Amino acid sequence: MNVFASFIAALLKYNTPLLYGTVGEIVTEKSGSLNLGVEGTMAIGAIGGLLIGCKADSLLIGILASFFIAALCGLFFAFMTVTLQANQNVTGLTITTFGLGLYFFIGNGFKSAGKWPDMLQCEGFLESTKPINIPLLSKIPFFGEAFFSQSIFVYLGIIIAVVMWWYLKYTKPGLRIRSVGENPAAADAVGINVTLYKYIHIGIGSGVMGIGGLLMAVNLSGSFEGSKCWIDGYGWISIALVIFAKWNTLLAILGTFVFGIFNTLQVFGPTLAEKFPGVLGWLNKIPPQFMKALPFVITAVVLVITSISNKKNDQPAAIGRNYYREER
Amino acid sequence: MKKVLSLVLALVMLFSFAVVTGCGGNSDSSEDDFLVGAIYINGKNDTAGYTFAHHNGITKAMEQLGMDVSKQLKIVDNVPEDDAQVTNAINTLASQGCKIIIGISFGYINAMEAAAEKYPEIIFSHATGYLSNDKNFNNYFGRIYQARYLAGIAAGKKSLALGNNNIGYVAAYGTEYAETCSGINAFALGVQAINPDAKVHVMKLNAWANESLERQFAEQLITQYGCGVIAQHCDSAQPQIAAQDKGVFGCGYNSDMTSQAANAHLTAPIWNWDVYYKLAIETAKNDPDNFMTKVGIYYGGLKEGFVDISPLTNNCEEGTKEIIDAVKAMMVSGEWDVFTNVKLSIAADGTITKVDGAMLDNKGGEVISADNTYYVYADGALKAVDGGAAAQDGVIKGSMNWYVAGVEEK
Repeated sequence: MNVFASFIAALLKYNTPLLYGTVGEIVTEKSGSLNLGVEGTMAIGAIGGLLIGCKADSLLIGILASFFIAALCGLFFAFMTVTLQANQNVTGLTITTFGLGLYFFIGNGFKSAGKWPDMLQCEGFLESTKPINIPLLSKIPFFGEAFFSQSIFVYLGIIIAVVMWWYLKYTKPGLRIRSVGENPAAADAVGINVTLYKYIHIGIGSGVMGIGGLLMAVNLSGSFEGSKCWIDGYGWISIALVIFAKWNTLLAILGTFVFGIFNTLQVFGPTLAEKFPGVLGWLNKIPPQFMKALPFVITAVVLVITSISNKKNDQPAAIGRNYYREER
Repeated sequence: MKKVLSLVLALVMLFSFAVVTGCGGNSDSSEDDFLVGAIYINGKNDTAGYTFAHHNGITKAMEQLGMDVSKQLKIVDNVPEDDAQVTNAINTLASQGCKIIIGISFGYINAMEAAAEKYPEIIFSHATGYLSNDKNFNNYFGRIYQARYLAGIAAGKKSLALGNNNIGYVAAYGTEYAETCSGINAFALGVQAINPDAKVHVMKLNAWANESLERQFAEQLITQYGCGVIAQHCDSAQPQIAAQDKGVFGCGYNSDMTSQAANAHLTAPIWNWDVYYKLAIETAKNDPDNFMTKVGIYYGGLKEGFVDISPLTNNCEEGTKEIIDAVKAMMVSGEWDVFTNVKLSIAADGTITKVDGAMLDNKGGEVISADNTYYVYADGALKAVDGGAAAQDGVIKGSMNWYVAGVEEK
């Protein structure tokens, strides 16, 4: 297999969770809510989806379970911040703490009872997580190996990103939720049910994050180690990616790729440097710590550039502020 | 009336309090009151990993000594490697009356050294460190390289059977730490004893634990370098699971990883921390004044049962067990050890022959000379290490910075 093709294949496989996290957070933020609970939401979606999916021995049920369990986290966030007017940052952080706590509680519980990993003997579930070769497309040299021989999660993630872009940009509910995110008072004045719209989109956003969590679990074969969570900071990176993607789910695909390149270069850098010493030999000289930091440097640069060009501010205007009707 | 009632109630409360504490006092005095303190880097409720292994070892040792873990073990967990926080943890444990305080993480070293001076009546025992004093502060570690050599034999035997001379090794670090470096070398020497043509490809994480990268590195070693056996020096079982996924084999680390990768796992070098903890706690309890002579700087190996390999699985080649048992016996009896001027050569039928000669590193330098002098790199050149056996252990534990021939770091 061509080393570049496997580079791209690995990049997609291991970084698509970022896409789910980012798209979920974009949908949430477009409704004017800043949910910092991505990490915890993904953790709960991951462990819930994996356990239920394995129990039912069906990947579809696993994906649906991770979506709905994570969506419940989102609805809790909505209840706290929309109905009870709690501070969004604090509530989000609470969800992260709670989610990781629940993750360890469930995992450690099953593990110390001796049931993990035997309970994950689910042939049907595992079989469906294997790469799917798309007919014809996967036969294209190089591109087939790189792009069209992936697990269902990669295709689904890209489909969700595209659909969400279309939904937010071209549909009536999409327009309405954007107006809620920009100016909830105005939206309320024209008769949009702000509370309902916020609940639904925060729920959907969190649900999408949950599927990303499940992908992380699947990528690690659901092996529960007990001291570290599967998500391992990807939720936080997703929040940074939202800024990189300028609240656009199509750009989120690009952002995932850019962040992913540096993640995957940590693994492939030495191989590429060895195979092409003349052109890529320099890859071996870059410290891996620098590689890890680079995506964040790029995010900072993007922030600076967008603020200088300042054509249009992409950030929803009402983000982070709770809407209280009586204050109009 | 109300005043009287409240007075009576207060008196009743006072009495009941006195009764409760009185009872407590009575039952306590009849029991053993020796307290063990432990400082963990991760959570005490972990179900796998480094802290789990130590916690398991301490509780096992205390049970063997007939102590009540729930009452006699005091723990401060999730303590990062920060002097102020470690000092806080030590003060907490000291104020609770612990007589021995165990710190399991390398970075606790300075805080523990300072505390040993502050609390001369408490014994401080520090895992993986290199500092000590002559009264109440020791360090302990194990000759895990001996177990890695044995795992290397199992891997080498497998590689011969597979006809694949490429063996992968997912390492946390490379030559930066003597711990990882000596482990890689011992494993490679074990492999080469049985398959002299084998190459050990090392990829390093630059972190002690990162599950996703551990998985990806193992996959990389298998798909890009064609490795048929994957060994590891990192926390999770991901390299083994990756090996199983791709239909190759592997040697885990720290614990028997067979349950996570039943079709791939051969054997894993493991620690029996309870062996040390039993010795240390028993001595601290019964003869604290002579702790440093009886326990001292502890560096146990196969002989003490402090390190070992997990039971060989059915994935191992036939005849592996006999060879490993024979080599293990040589190390237990002290007849032979890994980092010496004698190499083992194991024939296909299991005959072991000793070959005298210098040990070369992968740049061709003599790192252990024919007269058994150790060398380490300093400022780019090999320098001899004097000081006898203790200094040689010091090289294995603390300053080894070369790879033996046949090891290739990516």
